[in-house]
Amino acid sequence: MIRLKIKDHNELFHEQEYLEQFERKREFEKPCSADEIEKVLEWTKTEEYKEKNFARQALTINPAKACQPLGAVLCASGFQNTLPFVHGSQGCVAYFRSHLSRHFKEPVAAVSTSMTEDAAVFGGLNNMIEGLENAYALYKPEMIAVSTTCMAEVIGDDLNAFIKKAREQGAIPSELPVPFAHTPSFVGSHITGYDNMLKGILSYLTAGAKKRPNGKINIIPGFDTYTGNIREIKRLLNLMNVLYTVLADISDVMDSPNTGEYRLYPGGTPLDEAVDSINATATVAIQRYSTVKTGEFIKEVWGQEFIALPMPIGISNTDRFLETISKITGRVIPQEIEDERGRAVDAMIDSHPYVHGKKFALVGDPDLLLGLISFLMEMGGMPVHIVCTNGDKNFEGEAYALLSKSPFGREGKVYIGKDMWHLRSLLFTEPVDFLIGNSYAKFLWRDTGTPLIRIGFPLFDRHHLHRYPIIGYQGAINLVNWIVNTILDEMDRKTINTTSFDVIR
Amino acid sequence: MSTAIKKTQKLIEEVLESYPEKTRKERSKHLAANDPTGECGSSCHVKSNVKSRPGVMTIRGCAYAGSKGVVWGPVKDVVHISHGPVGCGQYSWWSRRNYYNGITGIDSFGTMHITSDFQEKDIVFGGDKKLEQLCREIKELFPLAKGITIQSECPIGLIGDDIESVARKMTKELGIPVIPVRCEGFRGVSQSLGHHIANDSIRDHVLGKGEMEKSTPYDVNLIGDYNIGGDAWASRKILEEMGLRVIAQWSGDATLNELSIANKARLNLIHCYRSMNYICRYMEEAYGIPWVEYNFFGPTKIYESIRKIASYFDDYIKEKAEKMIAKYKPMMDRVIEEYRPRLEGKTVMLYVGGLRPRHVIGAYEDLGMEVIATGYEFGHNDDYKRTYPELKEGALIYDDATPYELEEFTKRMKPDLVGSGIKEKYAYHKMGVPFRQMHSWDYSGPYHGFDGFPVFARDMDMTVNNPTWNLIRRRKI
Repeated sequence: MIRLKIKDHNELFHEQEYLEQFERKREFEKPCSADEIEKVLEWTKTEEYKEKNFARQALTINPAKACQPLGAVLCASGFQNTLPFVHGSQGCVAYFRSHLSRHFKEPVAAVSTSMTEDAAVFGGLNNMIEGLENAYALYKPEMIAVSTTCMAEVIGDDLNAFIKKAREQGAIPSELPVPFAHTPSFVGSHITGYDNMLKGILSYLTAGAKKRPNGKINIIPGFDTYTGNIREIKRLLNLMNVLYTVLADISDVMDSPNTGEYRLYPGGTPLDEAVDSINATATVAIQRYSTVKTGEFIKEVWGQEFIALPMPIGISNTDRFLETISKITGRVIPQEIEDERGRAVDAMIDSHPYVHGKKFALVGDPDLLLGLISFLMEMGGMPVHIVCTNGDKNFEGEAYALLSKSPFGREGKVYIGKDMWHLRSLLFTEPVDFLIGNSYAKFLWRDTGTPLIRIGFPLFDRHHLHRYPIIGYQGAINLVNWIVNTILDEMDRKTINTTSFDVIR
Repeated sequence: MSTAIKKTQKLIEEVLESYPEKTRKERSKHLAANDPTGECGSSCHVKSNVKSRPGVMTIRGCAYAGSKGVVWGPVKDVVHISHGPVGCGQYSWWSRRNYYNGITGIDSFGTMHITSDFQEKDIVFGGDKKLEQLCREIKELFPLAKGITIQSECPIGLIGDDIESVARKMTKELGIPVIPVRCEGFRGVSQSLGHHIANDSIRDHVLGKGEMEKSTPYDVNLIGDYNIGGDAWASRKILEEMGLRVIAQWSGDATLNELSIANKARLNLIHCYRSMNYICRYMEEAYGIPWVEYNFFGPTKIYESIRKIASYFDDYIKEKAEKMIAKYKPMMDRVIEEYRPRLEGKTVMLYVGGLRPRHVIGAYEDLGMEVIATGYEFGHNDDYKRTYPELKEGALIYDDATPYELEEFTKRMKPDLVGSGIKEKYAYHKMGVPFRQMHSWDYSGPYHGFDGFPVFARDMDMTVNNPTWNLIRRRKI
């Protein structure tokens, strides 16, 4: 075994010789004085700063949203043997792949048409044709799902015409499905891109595929980065003996087994099932804000029942999900699931004293927030600051309606279009006990001391959280676990070396 | 031609077979068997710095990534606006581990995402007015910011915004430099042009504008070190201990002032040649400051580099340099004694950017490991020229390699360790090949200097010799 003590960055730079080095470096830095820094630091915690912060019109600081094509890539990857293909600048695709890999700890495949200056002038037709030809030859996909970066959108490239041209020129076989979606990053967010891509894929695949009803239901998870959620939905539906198709099923793609080989397409919704989705009895989306256009399409073009539910986060949302499934399929909810419900409720009752009356700040995507608000209120927790950078007026209305249903929601205030720098001010001027958000929100913990419970996307700095469901009754137990044990950790930290440092909680 | 070269050439041919003909022809120019002697001629040289093929997965990024992500981003007391839609800034937020001292959001802004979050109306009507307003809001909310840079995303150049004029106006109005950077992602073929554009914008707007009270004969700049995991600090420690005075760090943990006084140095020391040779060449022409490349990875190269740097100075520095080497050598020998037996004879494949594809070769060799293949995401001819002599005959060299090529070469060459980036990491985990991220040091570091080498050795050992790799059960076919 190794006998050397090795110091890395965690220890090295606290050592005296480095502290002295940093001090010497200041001579050249022309730094602000300690007084100035202290003054501004304290000022940023004030009501006055908050007002200035909320008055800004043009500046966005630490937003909790990404751009459309990221959602499109995630959606496309959820179909079997499908290559996400992004028309535009190549750097974007490098970013999407890195971003998703950092969250899932999985390889993410996607290609770009690598447009450069000449394409900016002449359009990206040649890039599209050569790109499709290469991608098809090299990666042998059964489907290529095309989305766009803002470059292609600004110059106005016509995907439909370009793909048609590529077929005419024989770059790809005429029968290869190449659905597409325009996904401008200056409209909406990653959830919009997911919606657009899903609509694009479904409209392409199901055109002319209307036959007799197949007796199945479709499930749309939405922009959901918990692979555990999709596995949980499938488990519940299997227990109910429901026939179903999960559309854009990323669970095996973003959580694939290690078998000593790298597979480009490790899973996803089989394409024949996706084609047949038009013949289902109904489609149930378990997110509303990432499925708006897809839902309209299903209702209007397919003429199929489309039910958009709140994410089944917490007891009542899960009840509603299962009851809805039961109603549309005629299947009963088995005792096994009923027992799970009982265990989840039991866990929530056991832990309620630590959550009751605690104030929470939340930041994330609209559907996730609605689910978490509902869950917290079920346990007597109080959602206070709800920040949704990519939330719209509908979300705002729905969130307030939800808050008004419970006395625990009375202090809740919803901030749409605001960012985490706004939240920083709120955490100083109206402090809360706990914060729920993604990994980036850790700066809020650092600055304000509000303990962070990591729920959302992206989760970069903790491992494996996304493998656990946060939906269904099992998901409720996971949420209780994370929330109450963060609360207890914090309690221990605060009472260390006092008489309150109890061994039984 | 030697058998080693022929063998590698055959390997390249095999791997290229899957490509459509046009792409095969194109890609074949980017793959070569190494000939350190140069006798093999152009058939052993790779073509580089040209466009990636559409539809072929490339690992490359864009000019914005090269400017905001690499060169400008680490300058800590300046607010960098990701100007355009929200994504670029989101994906490059807090991810490169350019460590800095300072209070984030108060006097330092490195790990923040500040953006104009373009909406459709900004695309249609232009974003200049919004940009003006945004600069005012930055000044108001971050009064200690020493400047503002405008990092252009793709739409800016396409919709014809005049950020230069906004920058001039705002510089005057706000009393701090507001610096336009034309690093739109579609410019050039990779990150590389972004580095160049960022260098030029520092040259035009910052360099030479600062004052330094006193100069000494030992003033140097530490250039091309982004302080990933504290690399620049570990390097600075060496330079200071050998008696030099580092007046500016480019750009890890840098302040605007450091960049502005760099023209007062006597010598530029450059680590990442690719991303910052431009500013060194400029300072040489404009101020007569010589520059020297060095390598602080692994003791062999560190000793060599220390002596090379010292050779530019008087006996006082030369003596201190020798003393320092004598002081640290036992510690380095101890690290090698500990780790070398565990790593001896292991082979390594690298695929990285900047300087690492060649600079880390010596550090691996210090541990008894051999780099059998290497290549650059965005290197130029001058990078490859510096690389050929560092590798054995027949080593494989790839430029702008695709994941497909890397995977196929890995299967055939069976390296014991692969060093590349986050996009490659998990594919290698699935393949059961020990892997280290050699951009971010896999959240470890520093790897530079005497303090970095023990960490490097520890990390390579922990990954090559970890028992988890043995748990993999291959799928039965």
